[in-house]
Amino acid sequence: MFSLEGVTNFIHTWLNNTFNPTLALLFEFVIVGLSVITLFAVLGLVLVLMERKVSAYMQIRLGPNRVGYKGSLQTVADTLKLAMKEGLTPDGADKFLFNLAPFVVMIVAMLIMAPIPFAKGFQMWDLNIGVLYVSAVSSVSVIGILMAGWASNNKYSLLGAMRSGAQIVSYELSAGLSIISIVVLTGSLQISDIIASQQNGWWIFKGHIPALISFVIFIIAVTAETNRAPFDLAEAESELTAGFHTEYSGMKFALFFLAEYVNIFIVCSIGAILFLGGWMPLHIGHWQGFNHVMDYVPSSIWFMGKVFFLIFVIMWFRWTFPRLRIDQLLNLEWKYLLPISMFNLLLMTLVAIMGWHF
Amino acid sequence: MYRQTEIISDYSKVPSTGGDLGEAGDLVINIGPQHPSTHGVLHLVITLSGETIKNVEPHLGYIHRSIEKMCESLSYRQFIYVTSRMDYLSSHINNHGCALCVEKGLQIEIPERAKVIRVLMDELTRLASHQLWWGAMAMDVGALTPFFHAFREREAINDIMEETCGARLTMNYIVPGGVMADLHPDFQKHVKEFITLFKSKIDEYDELVTGNIIFQNRMKNVGYISKNDAISYGCTGPTARGSGVSCDIRKLYPYEVYNQLQFDEIIENSGDCFARYLVRMQEMRQSLSIVEQLIDNIPEGDFVAKTKAVLKLPKGEFYSRVETARGEFGVFIVSEGGTTPYRIKFRSPGFSNLSALNHMARGHKIGDLVAIMGTLDLVVPDIDR
Repeated sequence: MFSLEGVTNFIHTWLNNTFNPTLALLFEFVIVGLSVITLFAVLGLVLVLMERKVSAYMQIRLGPNRVGYKGSLQTVADTLKLAMKEGLTPDGADKFLFNLAPFVVMIVAMLIMAPIPFAKGFQMWDLNIGVLYVSAVSSVSVIGILMAGWASNNKYSLLGAMRSGAQIVSYELSAGLSIISIVVLTGSLQISDIIASQQNGWWIFKGHIPALISFVIFIIAVTAETNRAPFDLAEAESELTAGFHTEYSGMKFALFFLAEYVNIFIVCSIGAILFLGGWMPLHIGHWQGFNHVMDYVPSSIWFMGKVFFLIFVIMWFRWTFPRLRIDQLLNLEWKYLLPISMFNLLLMTLVAIMGWHF
Repeated sequence: MYRQTEIISDYSKVPSTGGDLGEAGDLVINIGPQHPSTHGVLHLVITLSGETIKNVEPHLGYIHRSIEKMCESLSYRQFIYVTSRMDYLSSHINNHGCALCVEKGLQIEIPERAKVIRVLMDELTRLASHQLWWGAMAMDVGALTPFFHAFREREAINDIMEETCGARLTMNYIVPGGVMADLHPDFQKHVKEFITLFKSKIDEYDELVTGNIIFQNRMKNVGYISKNDAISYGCTGPTARGSGVSCDIRKLYPYEVYNQLQFDEIIENSGDCFARYLVRMQEMRQSLSIVEQLIDNIPEGDFVAKTKAVLKLPKGEFYSRVETARGEFGVFIVSEGGTTPYRIKFRSPGFSNLSALNHMARGHKIGDLVAIMGTLDLVVPDIDR
């Protein structure tokens, strides 16, 4: 139901019929690029507003309610303000790296967008190593953060960047292992295959306890990877004022800010794809009627619903938990999460080999 | 300028880094004077080795207003108003200490009603101060939500204060001889409403923060100070009581009606941040019980004793002390017999508690420094005066 494949195929054939193949490919690139940028802007607007509303709800406040209907245009106003601001570069900073860093972080976030299917048949690049690509590219963002911290010539920034480096590199491991535990079940790294394998049930239900464990570990690990509270040591407000982006202002700061939210969206969509079936509707065994009704909900709504649920969970963490200390953070990863996820991977392999999953 | 103190005796629980200060490769950073976790204009110069703190040097003076000197040119009625601006979170209690000292000099007996009103106001102030501390403390360790929950209940106290004293922060309600005005007719009703509200909310505080495993890990075995060191540094209040020092002025040198009240002095023995946290949390319950005991038993009568229009203290030296939300607040007046004090000295709790910061924080991480400062409950205008 509601496949968007027709639309994308129509555009593709129309372009190929009208122009020569090279030009058509170029146009496709432009269309995809523009839609990614638009998606970025929309995601930034929606997620920042969502964060503010969620936090307001948890903090018994109203949240933004002046600009637009119930504050819906607040982010637009904020972005305008940031765009108007002067983008200062500190005197002692390494100017080239300082100005490059926000773009590195941003571009990385854009790159990971490529293999994510937003709805049935609505995917930019269904490459055969999709999941591997995501986990490989996402670790590049740490370079941008280190760059920002080092080039700012500020001790707070440096401390924040170093923390962030240690943190992202560590938590990459558990995130990777919990991704692999699903790959073990599907036998494919391709995202469309992973989603197709969840036609009759999501992996979180089908994969028994190991899938549940790896889901929990995945959520913890990606919260840390995106530098979100309770793992927001890189920008620990009460300790390092703003961490690695202390010296950034104006649009350069906005890029970091935007990249953070887009990264949340991306990791949550990876979580939704691996564990909650991507755009697949909820199907329960042989309940034909129920499954049929579920099929009527458009696939994009399924996908976005799952992603936003996970985003809400991550926001919920942020507004509830205190922050960990740096040594506790690394202990949690190396002493608890990594051994558990390694053992869990073995368990999952056993489940997959014996065929105990549904 | 800042000499290494020799009085540190117990290193057993402090993970010492050793080595001299200022080695090559050390990172010296300024925390403050403008920094989110110093809660004011406190300037800390910290020497780091990696993330581990080797030395903390507090630099004071950014908000020094020479209140003690100012008081020398103000009359005995006037100088009390300035003291509200020292520890602005317990302004009632500051005023109370000063009023007690002047009354001691004048040898005035104040009416029973005034005594009870003063104690009620003191305890409400202590509650408000601890509520704010609780929110700020949680914010220091990274949880932003408790701050708003704390302010929700603090607002109720502020409203009560506004109704009776006319101000929400710097009250100036307590004057030599009693209190400035009688209680608002709705005072009892609103305080009772607050008691019922807060009794359920304080359990919510515990659920939200105290029981949290991350919070406990951040607090336990952090910022340890032994009983002897706490005494040596002159720590008072919850900071010292967290290390097992019995120092509650309300119990040891009871003033007003405190000796007729049923309440416990809260003492924890582990000496770390969590102990100081628990002391304050339980003190809130104690303050609540004091308010409960008094609210129905406010005696009728005058709210202020008859005093002369111009107060003149006899020649001599007078000292009084009260227990503020942060510790012992002492007022020392030297009088030459005139209408203004010859010399005034305030012993503020924050200053002594801050002096122990270096001892507590050495060997810990930056994040711990922030947590330790949170449990010291620093109010910078109180330190600098």
